Amino acid sequence: MRARNGLTALIGRDLLRDTAAYSVGIAVAGASFAALATAQGLPWWITLAMSMLVYAGTAQFAAIGVAAAGGGPAAVLATGLILNLRHLPYGMAVGHLYWDRWWTRLLGTHNLLDTTTAFALAEADPRRARIAYWTTGAGNFAASAAGNVVGIAAGRQIADPAALGLDAALPAIVLALVLPSLKEKSTLLAALTGAAIALAASPFLPAGIPVLLALAGLVFAWPSGETEPEEAER
Amino acid sequence: MTMTAVLALAVGVFLVRLAGPLMRSRINVSERTETLMKRGAIVVLAALVITGALFADGGFAGWALPAGVLVGGLLAWRRAPILVVVIAAAATTALLRLAGIA
Repeated sequence: MRARNGLTALIGRDLLRDTAAYSVGIAVAGASFAALATAQGLPWWITLAMSMLVYAGTAQFAAIGVAAAGGGPAAVLATGLILNLRHLPYGMAVGHLYWDRWWTRLLGTHNLLDTTTAFALAEADPRRARIAYWTTGAGNFAASAAGNVVGIAAGRQIADPAALGLDAALPAIVLALVLPSLKEKSTLLAALTGAAIALAASPFLPAGIPVLLALAGLVFAWPSGETEPEEAER
Repeated sequence: MTMTAVLALAVGVFLVRLAGPLMRSRINVSERTETLMKRGAIVVLAALVITGALFADGGFAGWALPAGVLVGGLLAWRRAPILVVVIAAAATTALLRLAGIA
């Protein structure tokens, strides 16, 4: 009990509450993925293996979509990988948070997601960023596993996530987490330019590439020689 | 889809996830580089939100989805907790769809 209280104190109530809210969304997304995949004839163990090993929601939905449309393994692989190239800039931004021992590197790498990155970047203090990265990651893993099991068991009876508006929940969480960083004018300008580029490219390029092209917006946020006060300490 | 395809995708995604920290550990990360990399991730995340809210399956996602994300964003801007942001965003989108607005 004391250890549990200690852990709660370490993580903090706000972060626990945020993680819980976010995990509910992930559990429903996991359930709908598993229901969809098994309804398409994917065996339950491959469905579960995909969720635990690929561990990237958008790539998983895209992969079963491509497979359902008759795409072969190469098309599935290409779609999934292109969608996930965005993890490269994420890893560069937060990789130091888990680059300690071999097993934290292994788990931390698997734990790299849109949301764990966003939760970590929303914390200015490096120690809090680490705690946020692991806490939201643990919530995501547990929720994803539980959701998949429910989805496999319930099959087609599962509620339609679109009817529940859940496709709006995850972008809204990420938006909420990046908003504080956008108070910085140069970051805001870079993000707006990048978003405009990504939007313009979206009708023409495969999903996953436009968000990378957004990085061109960084020309407006290239840090000059001066140090900004918030990053003075390292 | 076969287990082999799933494993190949899993390995591929893992390697992409691994590439960032590996590249990072090969360079001498100055404060400027650090700032730039953080901004880069923010820019990608922001673009992901915007494109994810407006595009679905290669076309316009309809009004319900961006409306929900917008409501969530406005509440977050007013410093509402994530829980409120999630519920409001999902409820907005769900209710608009219930009302027949795609």
